[in-house]
Amino acid sequence: MKGWLKRHREALGEALARARRAPLATLLTAAVIGITLALPGGLFLGVDNVQRLAQGLETGGQVSLFLKQDVSDAEAGKLAEKIRRVGGVKNVSVITRAQALAEFKKHSGFGEALNLLDRNPLPAVLVVEPARLDPEALGRLSTELGRDPRVEIASLDLDWVRRLHAILEFARRAVAILAGLLGAAVLIIVGNTVRLAVLSRREEIEVTKLVGGTDAFIRRPFLYSGLLAGLFGGAAAFLFVGIALALLSGPAQELAALYGTRFQISGLAGLVFGLPLAGAALGWLGSRLAVGRHLRLIEPK
Amino acid sequence: MIRFNHVFKRYEGGYDALKNISFELNRGEMAFLTGHSGAGKSTLLRLIALIERPSRGEAVVNGQDLTKLPRRRLPHFRRDLGVVFQDYKLLYDRTVFDNVALPLAVTGTDPVEIGKRVRAALDKVGLLSKERVYPITLSGGEQQRVGIARAVVSKPSLLLADEPTGNLDAELSDEIMDLFLDFHHHGVTVLIATHDQRQIARLNKRVLKLAHGELEHDSHADTPRSTLL
Repeated sequence: MKGWLKRHREALGEALARARRAPLATLLTAAVIGITLALPGGLFLGVDNVQRLAQGLETGGQVSLFLKQDVSDAEAGKLAEKIRRVGGVKNVSVITRAQALAEFKKHSGFGEALNLLDRNPLPAVLVVEPARLDPEALGRLSTELGRDPRVEIASLDLDWVRRLHAILEFARRAVAILAGLLGAAVLIIVGNTVRLAVLSRREEIEVTKLVGGTDAFIRRPFLYSGLLAGLFGGAAAFLFVGIALALLSGPAQELAALYGTRFQISGLAGLVFGLPLAGAALGWLGSRLAVGRHLRLIEPK
Repeated sequence: MIRFNHVFKRYEGGYDALKNISFELNRGEMAFLTGHSGAGKSTLLRLIALIERPSRGEAVVNGQDLTKLPRRRLPHFRRDLGVVFQDYKLLYDRTVFDNVALPLAVTGTDPVEIGKRVRAALDKVGLLSKERVYPITLSGGEQQRVGIARAVVSKPSLLLADEPTGNLDAELSDEIMDLFLDFHHHGVTVLIATHDQRQIARLNKRVLKLAHGELEHDSHADTPRSTLL
């Protein structure tokens, strides 16, 4: 165990020394990996945040019961009282015909036109707030309440929520596919860098094999080089995402303000570890795939 | 230590580098391998160091059957073998110390122990004062002595040398050969490929002469020794 630790510490030291000897190459590799990882990382963060936003909107899910014209306010009140006792209902508020008219006049801009009508065309509305926000349960509740003879239409406007969910699912999958492709790109970048490193050390590898160095011994510093390249690349990717967010935060706040909300990006903390970790894993794998094959080809002559 | 029995080495294209080689080198023995260039000296050494495998025949080195040794056992086999090359095969981006330390580093030897043994080996070849310099600053004779220090630092039981004095003048050649002789006196089995007749005559050891891939002459066979080696 102690020997194992020592061997790996030496290999890591050797890999660091090699990185220090070629600072520009190390930096460039890290930057390329960084850009490659920043794209899926940033998109993932974006989708995640839109989803969080959508969850906030979903709490507005409610059933609107438009009552028949001939249902009086008193009758509406009684019905509301009855619905309050139904399971799965959190609250019922009544909008009387007069209230509906007043509100419509205020917001629609057709106030003057309505004055021409001899009677109020608007029905009374019961707004039913469900206890839980399960789209299916909500659908059942809506159907059930709609069966009451006093109800003209039971409206459950969940379609846009479903659409948003579908769009988010689509976006999530698209990001996953992109992440897979760009992950493969990182494997190829690291693999090629390590391949060149192996070839440039052909002589050293030959001599090491001649004096009895095992493949594992020769391979180890290359694996650590790949791991470090991935780690640095992941850190660079986090930096890029952070810079992009800082640049976008002003316009994003403005946009949110226009919709009357405040928008705070979250989940950046996960990327602090996630990106370098993903980079390190891809770097290790990339060099593992490249180094084994090329090491076998280099034999003492 | 080395036993070859009807060994052949044929390269792709049908070229026979070695034909029907049979000889035995006992533990602690010293011998020269000679012959014109292209006679198969280097090929024979490459077979012994398992850089290449025999095409046919039986070859046993240090108790290991060379035709059967699996690839993964190769590093362990080579650790009991010191090899010296005509072109030294030093690593020029490392100091003399690090070059000599390589055979010990690959076995995970303790750094303190590495320091002791590397300095002992460098002292032996007279280069203790040069441990911090890079090999490129050394003369040919000095570089070859670094190569020898690297070959013996892990105390191998068999020392192979391929034209170790090929690039050196007479005086330096004497120094290098005397080093090999000294290791032989300390019980190391030594096999040196050379066409330097002066050294062969000077040291008066067993000579294996190759010609056109065949063992033409073995001086050991003419003068059997009474001592059991």
